[in-house]
Amino acid sequence: MKVPIIRLGKVLLVSIQVDLTDAAALQFQEDLINRISETEALGVAIDITSLDVVDSYMARVINDTASMARLLGAEVVISGVQPFVALALVEMGRELINVDCVFNLEQALKKLEVSIAARGDRGGNRDTYEW
Amino acid sequence: MNGSILQHLAVTTATDIVRARSVARQEAARIGFGLADQTRLATAVSELARNVLKYATEGSCTIHEDSTPVEMRLHITMEDHGPGIPDITAAMKDGYSTGGGMGAGLPGTRRLVDKFEIESSPGFTRVTISMVRKRQ
Ligand SMILES: Nc1ncnc2c1ncn2[C@@H]1O[C@H](COP(=O)(O)OP(=O)(O)OP(=O)(O)O)[C@@H](O)[C@H]1O
Ligand SMILES: [Mg+2]
Repeated sequence: MKVPIIRLGKVLLVSIQVDLTDAAALQFQEDLINRISETEALGVAIDITSLDVVDSYMARVINDTASMARLLGAEVVISGVQPFVALALVEMGRELINVDCVFNLEQALKKLEVSIAARGDRGGNRDTYEW
Repeated sequence: MNGSILQHLAVTTATDIVRARSVARQEAARIGFGLADQTRLATAVSELARNVLKYATEGSCTIHEDSTPVEMRLHITMEDHGPGIPDITAAMKDGYSTGGGMGAGLPGTRRLVDKFEIESSPGFTRVTISMVRKRQ
């Protein structure tokens, strides 16, 4: 089960639609990192509205993916964390998810747009920011 | 325990983790637990099932109900015949892991449920979690 990754200008959009096995989660991580590298995406929005369980493993995959993306040069924003998922994650303890979160994909794109513009480190090509 | 066994699931592959947590959620929902408790139980089962696979290769998950007219009562037992946990006190601490994990699974699971019991010896580990709620 592959997670589709959609390119929108300088940003990649991902919506995780099904509960992933551990292997599928790692495959997703690898695919996404490869796509970021290929496309030199500056931002990635990952929507997890459909995930009704995020355990410590999935939380770690999300955190690691975000760290890897940052190392390549892309910002990551997570959207759609379900209230009960948030509750369970916080009760389990610690900072299990350590990535910027917003309510929905639209806000994720806005946030990425702002942070990419603020970076202003991509060769002064203004078109880059108008996606 | 009185009551009845609702489900007995093998935990032998990573797909079984996904199945066990989704079955746990369904059973909790059917009994009448709210979304928050369903999610707590599904998350707890996911953690325990992953430990079984990771440390014992295989095991099983049993879902048991002994609800009464005044209370909803669900118990989930995760059992394996792996190496066992030599130091349970250490294993229950945040950050303790012999498998390169975050050591968040067992202590996190304990915080998600009402009752958490663990017994382990070489060749046998059993974790039982329970959720009990007054009916509205
Ligand atoms: N079923 C089991 N059989 C043998 N040892 C176990 C079992 N479950 C847990 N343990 C031991 O207890 C330790 C703590 O487990 P816990 O789930 O809290 O953390 P983890 O699995 O190491 O990391 P995480 O769950 O955060 O990925 C494990 O590292 C392992 O040594
Ligand atoms: Mg664990």
